[in-house]
Amino acid sequence: MSGLEDLYKEIILDHYRSPRHHGELECPPAHKTEGFNPLCGDEVSLTFELQGEVIRELLITGQGCSISQASASMMSTAVQGKSVDEVRNLTRQFKAMMSIHEESIGAEDATSKDAKPLELGDLDALKGVVKFPVRIKCATLSWNTLLTGLDELEV
Amino acid sequence: MSLPSDLKSNFPLLSQTVNGHQIIYLDSASSSQKPTVVIEAMNDYYRTINANVHRGAYEIAAQATEAMERARARLATFIGAPSANEIVFTKNATESFNLIARSWGGDNLGPGDVVLISDMEHHANIVPWQILSAEKGFELRWIPLTSDGHLDLSQLDRLLDGVKMVSVTAMSNVLGTLNPIREIADRAHSVGALMAVDGSQYVPHLPTDVVELGADLLCFTGHKMCGPTGIGVLWGRTELLEAMPPFLGGGEMILDVRRDGFTPNELPHKFEAGTPPIAEIIGLGAAVDFLESLGMSNVRQHEIDLTDYALRVLNDRYGEELTIHGPPNASERGGVLSIQYQDVHPHDLSQVLDQRGICVRAGHHCAKPLMRELGVGATARASLYVYNDEADIDALTASLAPAGELFAR
Ligand SMILES: Cc1ncc(COP(=O)(O)O)c(C=O)c1O
Repeated sequence: MSGLEDLYKEIILDHYRSPRHHGELECPPAHKTEGFNPLCGDEVSLTFELQGEVIRELLITGQGCSISQASASMMSTAVQGKSVDEVRNLTRQFKAMMSIHEESIGAEDATSKDAKPLELGDLDALKGVVKFPVRIKCATLSWNTLLTGLDELEV
Repeated sequence: MSLPSDLKSNFPLLSQTVNGHQIIYLDSASSSQKPTVVIEAMNDYYRTINANVHRGAYEIAAQATEAMERARARLATFIGAPSANEIVFTKNATESFNLIARSWGGDNLGPGDVVLISDMEHHANIVPWQILSAEKGFELRWIPLTSDGHLDLSQLDRLLDGVKMVSVTAMSNVLGTLNPIREIADRAHSVGALMAVDGSQYVPHLPTDVVELGADLLCFTGHKMCGPTGIGVLWGRTELLEAMPPFLGGGEMILDVRRDGFTPNELPHKFEAGTPPIAEIIGLGAAVDFLESLGMSNVRQHEIDLTDYALRVLNDRYGEELTIHGPPNASERGGVLSIQYQDVHPHDLSQVLDQRGICVRAGHHCAKPLMRELGVGATARASLYVYNDEADIDALTASLAPAGELFAR
């Protein structure tokens, strides 16, 4: 099945099979945000706690396809202990990777800050999703949900 | 009699390859493929008689009008309607339901009234009522389901209390369930309620007779029955349609317009404001001719045979690993197979199938209340039509195991 291995990389399947940082924090003190993909019924629910400007801990539950759940799991690993600015920056880079349309704006935006570009690390494995446009929404669901959560807290 | 075995050759799209495989189209419940005769009929209209209808006195305008009205007459015969004037052309089944809700509902519903629908309706037969209910304050009530995917009619008498309209699908687009429309219609009529039927999944697949069904109104959509997109039908009994006020206003739907008002046109034009989708109507007429040349009882028999085959081979091979929602017997259902395989997400399953050229739909199929009842967010749905054969089912069956291996936890 040519092509599928671009989408379903081993590391993605690994995050899907064993999601990291799975669970819920107590709210309050944590903040809870839910995201839905109305087209396919995917759901994620994030609970996270800030310590000053830093995401002290973030846990995830949800149901959905391998891409949405793996992307959420990878995100949970990537954002623990990061500052809100770093997380916003990372989200921009991730979304730029997901969409050619956002790339020009996103990349410019990301590098215009003189903060050194963040390592995408494992997240790079999700690059293959771009070849399957209908799945981009699956990959970005948890990230958009986190942005909503940060906006709700006005941080 | 059965269907010709080389039917696929009538559908140009089906000779294509995708991802290096001959396409296997198993999504006809979403939209069917179109035979050459339909594509040609629409082309011929544009090439030879393209002109607006019901207006010009010149030759091609007269021919266009005649071709359109001939299609209307063929549709009437196709569904057993007593008169061609009872065939109202709309954009799709969704618009047909909006027409019923706005026109009949707007005139007849208020606080204390009830519209009865069911837990297996498509959003097209839910949301128009919800929109109107928010304005008019009537109650929307739901017929529940049994555990094997039928309508639970055990409490129907109680549910019918105060009901003015029953609006139910003849066949579920998720479960394949064929509903006992005649029985429901008779019981609706016995309490003075009207019976509207969603025929979107029924009319394309079974011989249809509106009088035998006992319906007062029937909605269906052209693109699921070998016809083009952008054309649907509302059928209604003459007296009922005559009593209903116009839906959209504009040209075509009037006899006279004065400063102080207008006089609506006669049926069916009263409900057809503006220039109609002429090519699409002619295309739908050709689709009806095509289906009638096959014979609708042959179409139905083909689907029973193929559904039976699919249920058998899928269950034999996968047993407990596979859930197929809806009634277990092919004779009680249409060729719509909503499947859950191991815990492979429907989205992932359809992606793997796509790599093998197999088109199935993953999602909620515009039936979210039903998905909640089933306790799932989505299903992968394979649906059958005249051009599908056992080889298509075999390809589907063979492709589930590799998907399972890929995602095995
Ligand atoms: C049962 C049922 N009703 C209504 C519709 C709506 O059809 P359309 O989108 O063509 O209006 C569909 C198809 O999606 C359907 O399956």
